[in-house]
Amino acid sequence: MGQFLLVTIQVDLYDQLAENLEADLVNMVKKANARGVLIDVSAVSIIDSFMGRILGNIASMSKIMDAETVVVGMQPAVAITLVELGLPLKGVYTALNVEKGMELLKTRILLDAADDDDYESDDDDYRTE
Amino acid sequence: MRLTTTIMRATTTIIVLNKDSMIIAREQDVVPFRNRVKEYAVKIGMSLLNQTKLITGASELVRNMLKYGKGGKVLIEVLSNGRESGIRLIFQDQGPGIADIDQAMQDGFTTGRSMGLGLPGTRRLMNEFNIISEVGKGTTVTVIKWKNG
Repeated sequence: MGQFLLVTIQVDLYDQLAENLEADLVNMVKKANARGVLIDVSAVSIIDSFMGRILGNIASMSKIMDAETVVVGMQPAVAITLVELGLPLKGVYTALNVEKGMELLKTRILLDAADDDDYESDDDDYRTE
Repeated sequence: MRLTTTIMRATTTIIVLNKDSMIIAREQDVVPFRNRVKEYAVKIGMSLLNQTKLITGASELVRNMLKYGKGGKVLIEVLSNGRESGIRLIFQDQGPGIADIDQAMQDGFTTGRSMGLGLPGTRRLMNEFNIISEVGKGTTVTVIKWKNG
Protein backbone atom coordinates (compact mmCIF):
# COMPACT_ATOMS: atom_id res chain seq x y z
CA MET A 1 0.00 0.00 0.00
CA GLY A 2 3.02 2.27 0.20
CA GLN A 3 4.23 4.36 3.07
CA PHE A 4 2.94 7.38 4.95
CA LEU A 5 5.07 10.35 5.93
CA LEU A 6 4.35 11.83 9.33
CA VAL A 7 5.46 15.42 9.93
CA THR A 8 4.99 16.96 13.34
CA ILE A 9 5.38 20.72 13.45
CA GLN A 10 6.63 21.53 16.93
CA VAL A 11 7.14 25.29 16.75
CA ASP A 12 5.65 28.32 15.07
CA LEU A 13 7.54 28.27 11.79
CA TYR A 14 9.54 31.11 10.34
CA ASP A 15 8.62 31.77 6.71
CA GLN A 16 11.85 30.37 5.34
CA LEU A 17 11.45 27.25 7.47
CA ALA A 18 7.90 26.76 6.21
CA GLU A 19 9.01 27.10 2.60
CA ASN A 20 11.82 24.60 3.22
CA LEU A 21 9.32 22.19 4.74
CA GLU A 22 7.21 22.47 1.60
CA ALA A 23 10.14 21.59 -0.68
CA ASP A 24 11.56 18.89 1.63
CA LEU A 25 8.20 17.17 1.97
CA VAL A 26 7.57 16.95 -1.75
CA ASN A 27 11.07 15.54 -2.21
CA MET A 28 10.45 13.01 0.57
CA VAL A 29 7.20 11.88 -1.07
CA LYS A 30 9.24 10.92 -4.11
CA LYS A 31 12.16 9.44 -2.17
CA ALA A 32 10.04 7.35 0.22
CA ASN A 33 7.52 6.45 -2.46
CA ALA A 34 4.86 7.70 -0.04
CA ARG A 35 1.14 7.43 -0.74
CA GLY A 36 0.14 9.69 2.12
CA VAL A 37 1.39 12.67 4.12
CA LEU A 38 0.21 13.39 7.66
CA ILE A 39 0.96 16.85 9.00
CA ASP A 40 0.45 17.12 12.75
CA VAL A 41 -0.24 20.76 13.68
CA SER A 42 -1.38 20.12 17.26
CA ALA A 43 1.54 22.15 18.63
CA VAL A 44 0.94 25.08 16.26
CA SER A 45 -0.84 27.96 17.94
CA ILE A 46 -1.02 30.32 14.94
CA ILE A 47 -1.90 29.55 11.33
CA ASP A 48 -2.05 32.76 9.32
CA SER A 49 -2.71 33.07 5.59
CA PHE A 50 0.96 32.42 4.80
CA MET A 51 1.05 29.17 6.77
CA GLY A 52 -2.36 28.23 5.38
CA ARG A 53 -1.04 28.70 1.88
CA ILE A 54 1.95 26.47 2.65
CA LEU A 55 -0.39 23.70 3.87
CA GLY A 56 -2.51 24.07 0.75
CA ASN A 57 0.59 23.99 -1.45
CA ILE A 58 1.87 20.82 0.20
CA ALA A 59 -1.51 19.17 -0.40
CA SER A 60 -1.66 20.16 -4.08
CA MET A 61 1.97 19.26 -4.75
CA SER A 62 1.62 15.88 -3.03
CA LYS A 63 -1.57 15.24 -5.00
CA ILE A 64 0.33 15.70 -8.24
CA MET A 65 2.88 13.22 -6.87
CA ASP A 66 -0.02 10.78 -6.24
CA ALA A 67 -0.03 11.20 -2.45
CA GLU A 68 -2.88 12.42 -0.24
CA THR A 69 -2.30 14.97 2.53
CA VAL A 70 -4.14 15.07 5.84
CA VAL A 71 -3.66 17.88 8.35
CA VAL A 72 -4.30 16.53 11.84
CA GLY A 73 -4.75 17.83 15.37
CA MET A 74 -5.70 21.43 14.66
CA GLN A 75 -6.49 23.39 17.81
CA PRO A 76 -10.13 24.60 17.98
CA ALA A 77 -9.10 28.24 18.38
CA VAL A 78 -6.96 27.96 15.25
CA ALA A 79 -9.84 26.45 13.27
CA ILE A 80 -12.24 29.23 14.33
CA THR A 81 -9.67 31.89 13.49
CA LEU A 82 -8.92 30.40 10.07
CA VAL A 83 -12.56 30.44 9.05
CA GLU A 84 -13.09 33.99 10.30
CA LEU A 85 -9.98 35.08 8.46
CA GLY A 86 -11.56 33.64 5.32
CA LEU A 87 -9.19 30.72 4.84
CA PRO A 88 -11.18 27.47 5.17
CA LEU A 89 -8.26 25.32 3.85
CA LYS A 90 -10.19 24.03 0.88
CA GLY A 91 -8.70 20.97 -0.77
CA VAL A 92 -6.89 19.86 2.37
CA TYR A 93 -8.17 16.78 4.21
CA THR A 94 -8.26 17.17 7.98
CA ALA A 95 -8.64 14.75 10.87
CA LEU A 96 -8.91 15.09 14.62
CA ASN A 97 -5.69 13.23 15.45
CA VAL A 98 -2.93 11.11 13.96
CA GLU A 99 -4.82 7.79 14.28
CA LYS A 100 -7.93 9.18 12.59
CA GLY A 101 -5.75 10.79 9.94
CA MET A 102 -4.07 7.46 9.31
CA GLU A 103 -7.47 5.75 8.93
CA LEU A 104 -8.60 8.46 6.52
CA LEU A 105 -5.47 7.98 4.41
CA LYS A 106 -5.94 4.21 4.36
CA THR A 107 -9.57 4.47 3.22
CA ARG A 108 -8.69 7.08 0.58
CA ILE A 109 -5.92 4.94 -0.83
CA LEU A 110 -7.99 1.73 -0.65
CA LEU A 111 -10.80 3.53 -2.48
CA ASP A 112 -8.39 4.50 -5.24
CA ALA A 113 -7.17 0.91 -5.44
CA ALA A 114 -10.78 -0.39 -5.51
CA ASP A 115 -11.56 1.97 -8.39
CA ASP A 116 -8.65 0.50 -10.32
CA ASP A 117 -9.88 -3.06 -9.59
CA ASP A 118 -13.33 -2.14 -10.85
CA TYR A 119 -11.94 -1.07 -14.18
CA GLU A 120 -10.04 -4.34 -14.49
CA SER A 121 -13.04 -6.54 -13.63
CA ASP A 122 -15.15 -4.54 -16.08
CA ASP A 123 -12.65 -5.40 -18.75
CA ASP A 124 -12.84 -9.09 -17.81
CA ASP A 125 -16.63 -9.09 -18.01
CA TYR A 126 -16.45 -7.52 -21.39
CA ARG A 127 -14.13 -10.18 -22.64
CA THR A 128 -16.23 -13.11 -21.34
CA GLU A 129 -19.39 -11.78 -22.98
CA MET B 1 -32.40 55.81 31.16
CA ARG B 2 -30.58 59.10 31.00
CA LEU B 3 -28.37 58.07 33.89
CA THR B 4 -27.30 54.85 32.19
CA THR B 5 -26.29 56.67 29.03
CA THR B 6 -24.08 59.00 31.06
CA ILE B 7 -22.44 56.06 32.79
CA MET B 8 -21.91 54.31 29.47
CA ARG B 9 -20.19 57.37 28.09
CA ALA B 10 -18.04 57.82 31.17
CA THR B 11 -16.80 54.24 31.14
CA THR B 12 -15.77 54.17 27.48
CA THR B 13 -12.76 56.39 28.15
CA ILE B 14 -9.69 54.48 27.13
CA ILE B 15 -6.61 54.59 29.32
CA VAL B 16 -3.23 53.33 28.14
CA LEU B 17 -1.67 51.20 30.87
CA ASN B 18 1.53 50.15 29.15
CA LYS B 19 3.42 50.99 25.96
CA ASP B 20 5.97 49.00 24.04
CA SER B 21 7.28 49.15 20.50
CA MET B 22 9.06 46.94 18.05
CA ILE B 23 10.86 47.62 14.78
CA ILE B 24 9.95 45.21 11.98
CA ALA B 25 12.62 45.10 9.31
CA ARG B 26 12.91 41.50 8.21
CA GLU B 27 10.79 38.40 7.84
CA GLN B 28 12.65 36.94 10.87
CA ASP B 29 11.05 39.62 13.07
CA VAL B 30 7.55 38.17 12.56
CA VAL B 31 7.71 35.31 15.07
CA PRO B 32 9.40 37.33 17.90
CA PHE B 33 6.80 40.06 17.34
CA ARG B 34 3.97 37.53 17.61
CA ASN B 35 5.51 36.19 20.80
CA ARG B 36 5.69 39.71 22.27
CA VAL B 37 2.00 40.31 21.49
CA LYS B 38 1.17 36.95 23.04
CA GLU B 39 3.04 37.85 26.25
CA TYR B 40 0.88 40.95 26.72
CA ALA B 41 -2.32 39.10 25.83
CA VAL B 42 -1.52 36.40 28.39
CA LYS B 43 -0.62 39.04 30.98
CA ILE B 44 -4.09 40.62 30.81
CA GLY B 45 -5.75 37.19 30.93
CA MET B 46 -7.15 37.20 27.39
CA SER B 47 -8.97 33.99 26.42
CA LEU B 48 -7.12 31.55 24.19
CA LEU B 49 -9.53 32.14 21.31
CA ASN B 50 -9.13 35.92 21.44
CA GLN B 51 -5.36 35.54 21.77
CA THR B 52 -5.35 33.38 18.66
CA LYS B 53 -7.47 35.89 16.73
CA LEU B 54 -5.31 38.82 17.87
CA ILE B 55 -2.01 37.17 17.06
CA THR B 56 -3.19 35.81 13.71
CA GLY B 57 -4.47 39.25 12.72
CA ALA B 58 -1.24 40.85 13.96
CA SER B 59 0.70 38.36 11.89
CA GLU B 60 -1.25 39.29 8.74
CA LEU B 61 -0.69 43.01 9.31
CA VAL B 62 2.99 42.65 10.05
CA ARG B 63 3.44 40.61 6.86
CA ASN B 64 1.61 43.31 4.88
CA MET B 65 3.92 45.88 6.40
CA LEU B 66 7.00 43.90 5.34
CA LYS B 67 5.68 43.13 1.89
CA TYR B 68 4.23 46.45 0.84
CA GLY B 69 5.74 48.96 3.26
CA LYS B 70 9.29 47.56 3.44
CA GLY B 71 8.91 47.14 7.19
CA GLY B 72 8.07 49.66 9.86
CA LYS B 73 7.27 50.07 13.50
CA VAL B 74 4.58 48.55 15.70
CA LEU B 75 3.35 50.06 18.96
CA ILE B 76 1.92 47.55 21.41
CA GLU B 77 -0.33 49.09 24.07
CA VAL B 78 -2.21 47.60 26.97
CA LEU B 79 -5.52 49.44 27.34
CA SER B 80 -8.35 49.69 29.80
CA ASN B 81 -11.80 51.07 29.08
CA GLY B 82 -12.86 50.80 32.72
CA ARG B 83 -14.79 47.55 32.21
CA GLU B 84 -12.08 45.41 30.69
CA SER B 85 -8.57 45.52 29.36
CA GLY B 86 -7.37 44.98 25.83
CA ILE B 87 -4.47 45.26 23.45
CA ARG B 88 -4.01 47.98 20.86
CA LEU B 89 -1.52 47.52 18.04
CA ILE B 90 -0.48 50.39 15.79
CA PHE B 91 1.35 49.41 12.61
CA GLN B 92 3.19 52.30 10.97
CA ASP B 93 5.12 52.11 7.72
CA GLN B 94 6.65 54.62 5.34
CA GLY B 95 5.80 52.58 2.28
CA PRO B 96 4.05 53.61 -0.93
CA GLY B 97 0.65 53.88 0.76
CA ILE B 98 -2.67 52.51 -0.49
CA ALA B 99 -4.39 54.43 -3.29
CA ASP B 100 -7.85 52.92 -2.82
CA ILE B 101 -8.53 51.74 0.73
CA ASP B 102 -12.07 50.55 -0.06
CA GLN B 103 -10.66 48.28 -2.74
CA ALA B 104 -7.89 47.02 -0.43
CA MET B 105 -10.52 46.13 2.18
CA GLN B 106 -12.35 43.78 -0.22
CA ASP B 107 -11.90 40.04 0.16
CA GLY B 108 -9.70 38.68 -2.58
CA PHE B 109 -8.21 41.96 -3.74
CA THR B 110 -4.44 41.88 -3.96
CA THR B 111 -1.65 43.64 -5.79
CA GLY B 112 0.79 40.93 -4.73
CA ARG B 113 0.85 37.17 -5.06
CA SER B 114 -1.14 36.57 -1.89
CA MET B 115 -4.80 35.71 -1.55
CA GLY B 116 -5.85 39.21 -0.55
CA LEU B 117 -7.25 38.16 2.82
CA GLY B 118 -4.92 40.20 5.02
CA LEU B 119 -6.87 43.41 5.57
CA PRO B 120 -10.53 42.27 5.37
CA GLY B 121 -9.76 39.04 7.26
CA THR B 122 -7.95 40.91 10.00
CA ARG B 123 -10.82 43.35 10.40
CA ARG B 124 -13.11 40.39 11.11
CA LEU B 125 -10.74 39.08 13.78
CA MET B 126 -10.44 42.38 15.68
CA ASN B 127 -12.89 44.46 17.72
CA GLU B 128 -11.72 47.72 16.25
CA PHE B 129 -9.90 48.34 13.01
CA ASN B 130 -8.78 51.62 11.52
CA ILE B 131 -6.61 52.33 8.52
CA ILE B 132 -5.13 55.61 7.36
CA SER B 133 -2.98 55.76 4.27
CA GLU B 134 -1.41 58.46 2.15
CA VAL B 135 0.11 57.66 -1.22
CA GLY B 136 3.86 58.23 -1.12
CA LYS B 137 3.91 58.67 2.65
CA GLY B 138 2.85 55.41 4.23
CA THR B 139 0.11 53.52 6.00
CA THR B 140 -0.98 53.29 9.63
CA VAL B 141 -3.26 50.48 10.75
CA THR B 142 -4.66 50.53 14.28
CA VAL B 143 -6.44 47.54 15.79
CA ILE B 144 -7.90 46.78 19.22
CA LYS B 145 -8.78 43.40 20.69
CA TRP B 146 -10.57 43.45 24.03
CA LYS B 147 -9.97 40.70 26.55
CA ASN B 148 -13.52 39.36 26.22
CA GLY B 149 -14.41 41.11 22.99
